[in-house]
Amino acid sequence: MKIDEVTETDYMDSGAACPGCAGELALRLVLKELGEKTVLTTTPSCVGATCSVNISRINTAFPATAATSVGMSAGLKALGKTDVTVMAIAGDGGTADIGLQGLSGAAERGDDILYVCYDNEAYMNTGIQRSSATPPGTWTTTTPVGKERPKGKERPRKDMLKVMMAHDLPYAATASVSYPTDFLDKVKEAKDRTGTRYIHVYAPCPTGWKFPPERSIEIGKKAVTSGACILAEWDEGKFSLTGQSKRLAEDGKELTPMKEYLGPQGRFKHLDDEAIKEIAQTARENLEEYRKLAQAYS
Amino acid sequence: MMSKEVFVSGNTAVATGVSLVEPGVIAAYPITPQSPAVEKISEFIADGEMKSEYIEVESEYSAMSACIGAEAVGARAFTATSSQGLALMHEMLHFASGQRLPIVMAVANRTLAPPWGILNDERDTIAQRDTGWLQFYVESAQEALDTIVQAYRLSEQEDILTPTMVCYDGYIISHAYEKVVVPDKDEVQSFIPEYEPDEILNVEDPKTLGYAPSGYNTEYRVKQQLGTETAKGAIGDITEDYADQFGRDYVGMVEEYGPENPDVTLVTLGSVTGTVRDVVDKLNDQGREVGLVKLRTLRPFPYEQLADILKGTGAVGVLEKDISFGYEGAVFSEVRSALQGTNNVPSMNFIAGLGGRDITMENIENVYEKLFTMAETGESEGRIEFVGYRFSDGKGII
Repeated sequence: MKIDEVTETDYMDSGAACPGCAGELALRLVLKELGEKTVLTTTPSCVGATCSVNISRINTAFPATAATSVGMSAGLKALGKTDVTVMAIAGDGGTADIGLQGLSGAAERGDDILYVCYDNEAYMNTGIQRSSATPPGTWTTTTPVGKERPKGKERPRKDMLKVMMAHDLPYAATASVSYPTDFLDKVKEAKDRTGTRYIHVYAPCPTGWKFPPERSIEIGKKAVTSGACILAEWDEGKFSLTGQSKRLAEDGKELTPMKEYLGPQGRFKHLDDEAIKEIAQTARENLEEYRKLAQAYS
Repeated sequence: MMSKEVFVSGNTAVATGVSLVEPGVIAAYPITPQSPAVEKISEFIADGEMKSEYIEVESEYSAMSACIGAEAVGARAFTATSSQGLALMHEMLHFASGQRLPIVMAVANRTLAPPWGILNDERDTIAQRDTGWLQFYVESAQEALDTIVQAYRLSEQEDILTPTMVCYDGYIISHAYEKVVVPDKDEVQSFIPEYEPDEILNVEDPKTLGYAPSGYNTEYRVKQQLGTETAKGAIGDITEDYADQFGRDYVGMVEEYGPENPDVTLVTLGSVTGTVRDVVDKLNDQGREVGLVKLRTLRPFPYEQLADILKGTGAVGVLEKDISFGYEGAVFSEVRSALQGTNNVPSMNFIAGLGGRDITMENIENVYEKLFTMAETGESEGRIEFVGYRFSDGKGII
């Protein structure tokens, strides 16, 4: 898809999100691709709380995103309405933490829903608390930087793409709002399948990451080009890297120095050069692991 | 097809009731003692006797969430659970009632852990009393089947739109076999109007569910309260229509049993009502005027009827299988509150059957003896008696 092929029709009615919110942009883009024959589940999250859409929608409880969508899908089937896409959107905490059981259940059963996780790497709606998707080295309000804990969050993030691939679902992908055509190509692929489909879209958060709102897209690009976030796709058992991540891992394109990605973000300002080097090394290792996975599942 | 008589367990009766209604979506998770009910529903679907989408969810939390999703797009939904499973659903019970989704759920009552137990008491559903659901407590497998049918018509009534729990005692009803009359499916279908809710999620007319205009929470709750209040009259009408059409009359929210103007009266609910009926018969045969009041619904709570029925009786006991720690049995509090100002006779709470302990006819005869003493002396031994308390430290009466 080319960017000028993206429809101007917009299903976002109004938004009260922070300036530069990439979560809102993620939902706006997905709905453009899915179109009006969609019903939506949201959950307590920045997007659930601030976005108003011209699409039928229920705002369900935090752990209930997937299961509510599953019920909608079954209900529509029972009523003979088979041309409607049931889509869910939740943040990284709502997906990787409190919503994981319901999502796993849906994926194992193969329930017919398209689940989008917008990942801003912490609980932003409640005020920047760590989630299991928060990367190591991150300051959050529940992983503050102090004398005894100088690094902020210490454990690695949960890799939701791998979690979902383990369910052998028809389609799963990572994407970034900073690469909208790659993102929308994946939404289009997901839309046309039946069963549980999962898209994990990285969505920089100026408020929680502490950078100026006009830099969201740029930061999101650097997340990918530094190797901190990887664009990939699982398609009926085949795994491949896509877009910039493919170029970095397979075509020898040089990684953006990690300092250029982390430096502008206040949440990493406590990190010294040594710590940044460690993060860069982990990013290279992750990219290499994904490259090998792509070879193994080619 | 005509109605037929079968010899089945309470769980099968529940499943059969659901098959007659044939909701669009079933979402359920197994738990003892409910499991045979959902197994049976799965069999009905596998055999083509029932056309519903069955979601084998991974938890009760998801069962209720999926029912909410199904009802949100306009499909009828059903689930069943017990005990821990019901407790796990708690958050979504509020969601179902708050969103005014008329889900029907059967609950095979079971005690809550710890201490672990799979046997019956009613602490599980009574703990969910304030979630905004209507609650029926049934006495038999037949009543469970019939009440499920009635519950759909009740919950879906436009000016009620409130979900209903049909509570049937675990093992005592769920696993005991009884003769059950299965009504004709077409007749059941004609008893329940088509489900055509207005406020659903569809692609033609986009809307958002789950929010109300900011600052109108009170008005939203008043509407919910009015819906449950409306259910009072509707339960009477629906049980009457059901009696006309199917020949079984559950009277409404409250049933009186025994002589008119009894000297003493025991109020109870659920399966133990059957045992109390036998005791009432026995004592009345001996010339002692004892009465029984069966509470069929705890929500809505029929306080006007109770006040009227209990006016003039000499002492009131409430026999129940739950306790609200720090106070007393929840039903006792409700009954006493209903009597406030109209009946100041002595009353006492009898808590029995916790964790599945048998409630014998002898236990109930003793309760009536105590009520007679209270009526004569105007005093009671205490406020609460734990029936059959096993230690000899005297702490079974508080």
